[in-house]
Amino acid sequence: MPESASLKKSPELDQWISIGPDGKVLIRTGKVDIGQRISTALALVAAEELDIDIDRVVIARTATGIDPDEGITSGSNSMEEAGNAVRAASATARRHLLSLAADALAVDIATLEISDGLIHSRETNRSITYEELMADQSFRIEVDPDAPVKDPSSYSIIGQTIVARGLKEVVTGQPHFVQDMKMPSMRHARVVRPPHYQARLNSLDDSVVERIGENGGTIVCDGSFIAVTHTDEYSAVKAAERLFESSDWDTGDGLEPQDVFERLVANDRVSLPVVDGVPQKGEVMPLAPPLPEATSTVSARYEKPYLMHGSIGPSAAVALAEGKQLTIWTHSQGVYVLRASLAEALDVEMDDLKIIHVPGSGCYGHNGADDAAVDAALIALATPGTPILLKWTREDEHAWEPYGSCMSMDLTASLDIKGKVISWSQETYSDTYGMRPRPEPGGAGPARLLPMQYREGALAPLLPQPNMSRHAGLHRNLDPLYSFANKRLVKNLVRGLPLRTSALRTLGGFANVFAIESFMDELAEDAGIDSVQFRLDNLDDERAKDVIAAAADAIGWGDDVSDGRGRGIGFAQYKNIQAYAAVVVELEVNDLAEVKLHRVALAGDAGQIIDHAGLTAQYEGGFLQAASWTLYEAVTYDRTGITSRDWETYPILRFDNIPEIETVLIDRPKERFLGAGEAVSGPTAGAIANAIYNATSLRLRRLPFTPDAIRAAAME
Amino acid sequence: MTSFSLNVNGRTCEVECDPATPLIYVLRNHLDLVGAKLGCGLEQCGACAILVDGERVLSCVRAASEFEGAEITTVEGLVQDGEPSVVQQAFIEEGAAQCGYCTAGLVIATTALLEKTPRPDDTEIQSALNDHLCRCGSHARVLRAIDVLVQRGAGDA
Repeated sequence: MPESASLKKSPELDQWISIGPDGKVLIRTGKVDIGQRISTALALVAAEELDIDIDRVVIARTATGIDPDEGITSGSNSMEEAGNAVRAASATARRHLLSLAADALAVDIATLEISDGLIHSRETNRSITYEELMADQSFRIEVDPDAPVKDPSSYSIIGQTIVARGLKEVVTGQPHFVQDMKMPSMRHARVVRPPHYQARLNSLDDSVVERIGENGGTIVCDGSFIAVTHTDEYSAVKAAERLFESSDWDTGDGLEPQDVFERLVANDRVSLPVVDGVPQKGEVMPLAPPLPEATSTVSARYEKPYLMHGSIGPSAAVALAEGKQLTIWTHSQGVYVLRASLAEALDVEMDDLKIIHVPGSGCYGHNGADDAAVDAALIALATPGTPILLKWTREDEHAWEPYGSCMSMDLTASLDIKGKVISWSQETYSDTYGMRPRPEPGGAGPARLLPMQYREGALAPLLPQPNMSRHAGLHRNLDPLYSFANKRLVKNLVRGLPLRTSALRTLGGFANVFAIESFMDELAEDAGIDSVQFRLDNLDDERAKDVIAAAADAIGWGDDVSDGRGRGIGFAQYKNIQAYAAVVVELEVNDLAEVKLHRVALAGDAGQIIDHAGLTAQYEGGFLQAASWTLYEAVTYDRTGITSRDWETYPILRFDNIPEIETVLIDRPKERFLGAGEAVSGPTAGAIANAIYNATSLRLRRLPFTPDAIRAAAME
Repeated sequence: MTSFSLNVNGRTCEVECDPATPLIYVLRNHLDLVGAKLGCGLEQCGACAILVDGERVLSCVRAASEFEGAEITTVEGLVQDGEPSVVQQAFIEEGAAQCGYCTAGLVIATTALLEKTPRPDDTEIQSALNDHLCRCGSHARVLRAIDVLVQRGAGDA
């Protein structure tokens, strides 16, 4: 297997696998299940390599100090990191158990076979189980990254359709989420937030503070960080509301209300050329005039507003301070990262801090999870010995989560007489996507924890630096997979934008691919070439061509489309190295200027498929979420703060616009896993834009495609 | 503080709380029924849906004391003798959830729909589910689960 950061950090087999006396096999991983079914996929991998019934595989809940540190569950990396590590660990364990069995049974290892953890010798007809061999002992060997793994043609477990881990619990209403936790003498907590980012507390109303105390509430007030706790949840909710209404804030100048799309291209910025997906230190070359052989040169600007993660369950955490020890139960995607930054922020030893992952509502990136964990920690520290269940409100989540940045993409390309792209330029403008609380020199980790910006001696948020990694941050998928000559790609990290931003599913990939795929159709039209053909003509990668052809076939590309409907295609390979996705959408724009999605074909290639249903769900769910971003969503604000503070002011996709979806997955059993959780998002926006154009001849270049936007385009 | 009794999942439960307390807090905290979820507290997302006398009702705003005398069923109450209901079973088989936070509400909405309209058309399904938000994009699989239920005649039973 390729070099594994996960195994490098946690090389011991015992860090990954333990076999209990009951025959249960416990798999430990640093990747957490956030609804993407990673625990199901890992259980399949382990069961297959270990030859045990999948019901005997237990995937441990990730906790600091116990489980492997695999960084953050993000970037569609979990199968490539944890999947490969668990596979190597399972294969190592299997080989080790076989050799123990050969000794125990005093037989030749070649005569042994395994069935559901029972090792049987054909020679002597004797058997021994995994648990008998281990007898409460540990392996005490390292994971061998090259331990022989099974040939996919011999699989007996992978390929079965199994029920996702945790599904029965959520469908029948069993406790599952951190919000469902209950502990003896636990108190409920709510934070009283400032009216907006810049506001600072002048004073609380003493009489209200007193009444809350008389009513059994306690108040934590540290600078502008204010929280209320109560044994009764509704009393905590009411107390927080009363405290906010009666408090006095210095609101300063408020948020700068100037149009962000103007600011994106006008503000100070760090500009870097991007080559092969990697930002370079050096001068950005100005856009060159068209080449002599250019017969046509096209330019367009595409724009995307701020988007929310918009978790259905507001963020929450449980925290308990006992003596020196602080324990936090959180739905953070990175418990080790959070521990390091929080230890630094609180100036405590890392060992005195234990952070345990418990599922929360789907997060799709860096939502309020980490901040809620820190809120809970601060409250727990002020009320030692008492477990605190802190929940954000709907308004907290809408107004305080770090958004996906607004973005602007300027594209210019030239075609030659044959319709071939002979030069391609894209400049992308955006705020940062990199504000997860990673510990970094200079105190960046603590400064990125929201509550730390409001306590006494508040930490100012640090100026973000451009992410220089391949296909990271705002330049993710800025470099198209197409085989264009003369590419000029520029990353612009824009300063002074008004809203808090961080990692949202795909980072810059969604908007970059939206722009590229819209522009591809504009160029195809200019060249007079069919959109599917134009893409195929500009690709060398056979797997890319296969998914495009598969999606086109599934929808019946080229067949007649019913009156009033239009079709469009979008394609990308995530980060140009992970899963491939092609999306074809058939839609209509109705008399109310609403986009109605009718049929969708999704085609994907994520290498070897482990959990077919899970992968299908990632493609389908990714499509529907991106369709929601594309058609409905934009964070709004004015001087007084965020104005999209609930589901009416921030509408999302509903059941009345769900198309018929066909998903075609190309299985490549001999190929490595390709992360798939974000593959379909960008292509979705491109496909919808192109289908709207096909249906109406309106080319929409600014998201979202609301009825107002469509009417405005029609008036032009 | 007042005392009142609620009929939840076939049991009579005595509750003592501020009578203005929305039902969701009573279900989750007093009665340990955490199936219904707090999503918005504004009757905007559907995560807190329960059945009241067979009708889908949101529990995050209306006071618990208003429900005295009514027959309340939560998603836990649909399980009979440890067996998930046919609706729950169809959700499990079709994988009709991603993170699962909105799922209990959707199970309730589907149960209420099929109770009243055993063979719903697309418009009836949409109007039954349209007040329920899902962020993961499980919608298509929820619709497939309903399709399966209708084909099996689950609503006719």
